[in-house]
Amino acid sequence: MKKNLFILFLIFLIPNKAFALIEVDITRGNLNPLPLAVSPLSIDDNSKKSFENILKKENIGSEISIIVENNLRTSGLFNPLNKDAFLQAPDIANLKPRFEDWNLIKAQALITGKVRYVDDKLRVEFRLWDVLAAKEMMALAFTTVPSNWRRVGHIISDKVYERLTGEKGYFDTRIIYVAEEGPKTQRKKRLAIMDQDGANNKFLTLGNELVLTPRFNPTSQMVTYLSYFKNLPRVYLLDIETGTQEVVGDFPGMTFAPRFSPDGKKIIMSFAKDGKSDIYTMDLENRLVEKITNHPSIDTSPSYSPNGKYIAFNSDRSGYQQIYIMRSDGSDVKRISFGNGIYGTPVWSPRGDLIAFTKLHKGKFYIGVMRTDGKGERLLTENYYQEAPSWSPNGRVLIFYRETKTNAKGEGFSAKLWSIDLTGYNERLVETQTDASDPSWSSLLSN
Amino acid sequence: MILSKIYKNTLLILATCLVLSACATKKQVVTDIEGQMQGDVYTGTETVEYLADGVPDRVFFATNETILTTASRETLRAQAAWLRKNSNINVVLEGHADERGTREYNLALGERRANSAKDYLMTYGISSDRISVISYGKERPVDAGSNPLAWSKNRRSVTVKAN
Repeated sequence: MKKNLFILFLIFLIPNKAFALIEVDITRGNLNPLPLAVSPLSIDDNSKKSFENILKKENIGSEISIIVENNLRTSGLFNPLNKDAFLQAPDIANLKPRFEDWNLIKAQALITGKVRYVDDKLRVEFRLWDVLAAKEMMALAFTTVPSNWRRVGHIISDKVYERLTGEKGYFDTRIIYVAEEGPKTQRKKRLAIMDQDGANNKFLTLGNELVLTPRFNPTSQMVTYLSYFKNLPRVYLLDIETGTQEVVGDFPGMTFAPRFSPDGKKIIMSFAKDGKSDIYTMDLENRLVEKITNHPSIDTSPSYSPNGKYIAFNSDRSGYQQIYIMRSDGSDVKRISFGNGIYGTPVWSPRGDLIAFTKLHKGKFYIGVMRTDGKGERLLTENYYQEAPSWSPNGRVLIFYRETKTNAKGEGFSAKLWSIDLTGYNERLVETQTDASDPSWSSLLSN
Repeated sequence: MILSKIYKNTLLILATCLVLSACATKKQVVTDIEGQMQGDVYTGTETVEYLADGVPDRVFFATNETILTTASRETLRAQAAWLRKNSNINVVLEGHADERGTREYNLALGERRANSAKDYLMTYGISSDRISVISYGKERPVDAGSNPLAWSKNRRSVTVKAN
């Protein structure tokens, strides 16, 4: 009977395409999401008081369950049911759910759990139940420092997502981005980092100089970005924990468009000099620089394939910006975008089979994906201005930024982060404290 | 009957007014743009500053282009003459793009525009030692508008005194 839920899920994951044919906007992000109940994690009185002292949260058990609920809801794949309808108390549900009660409110899956304060630590156990089969699907327990409580919620979400979809989750992750403020003609830009759900926002630079295009390394501890420090646009490296910054692309010209190689050992970037932009790599250990492209055109926005063997980039060597791929040594350059319009910002998916891109056609900007041979182009979203897709670590979701058109007086400008599923559904505004652009999604922080 | 006739006439008059006023505004906009753009290159003076009397500080480009127009070459020759007379002054050429392109490509495009101005100054005898180049891509528009005229003002290379 365990299969029951699994089959349900298969039905639910695969038919996106089929639905896409008949459904329109109304169903965006609401394609029959799986109804499930997230019971508040139960907590004893002593633990409750301890956490209240440390974390200033009245009931950390329900706070964690709210995080799980929100994550699962925003994925668009689940429909967490209203807690008011729950009949069973959290502590009893965690011991042995009365499945009839959960069935009654149409929950197909149930998450229960328990939080305790043990030796100054937060100990959490949680269980995932298949309501129709009346069976436990998963049980896990872990211990961490109390201040990590939000991450606990994200890790539970990831485990549930993985168990129910068969794919890794993306909730215990962070987003690095550029926080924007001020008038359009004098934007103040700062590097900022936040949890995937917008919590724990932190500014990493002060805004004294222009900063652009931050990107994580594979372990998500380092960031490479472009800074105009001392009015010299150069590629920099930032250690997020220590705050140490160093210039890596200090060539006589402009270095920009940096990204890490999949093994984290190199930075690939563009170097512009005398009106010509080529792609270079720098080995971070021995600082050896290698020239990868050599063409009078503008070659930029390089991105490695996950196995490190290929590089996608955009070049205007044909007259307009188009997407090309080549071997990582620069040989075998092939143009892959042939549709109408201008193509840029190729980013290889973590699974290796797709390239996400920005397209400009007839005055509209699109975020789309194509296979690595350029075939199977699918445009996911159209707008006045949007660009710079970045993949969730499981390759299911893209985050990008969108700018609004100003009115005749030049007013009404804004830049915001948005996310959309690979299916083209579930388009969502990602809330940020300030205006935001150039998002980059981290890898999964746990595991 | 009479009423309806009056009504009809009023309607007609109203309609004519509407057509006329629509024409008037439309015409005005068109001449505005015509007066300030050639093709899609900005030819106005609204945003232009001067390095010295008769020496404009900036040149403008067509969409996606880095080619200098006749007017741009004239501006740059005036700048070169002024730089030859003021041999102690160095300059920075700041290249810019409009907002209708991806950020990274626009950085490269701004760099290419500034370099195309630099090359021209050099052919008129200004040493490359006196000229540095920086691209701001689409990061520093002069006009916040989202229309062809605003974009044309933003596609530019600006010559700024460095000392």
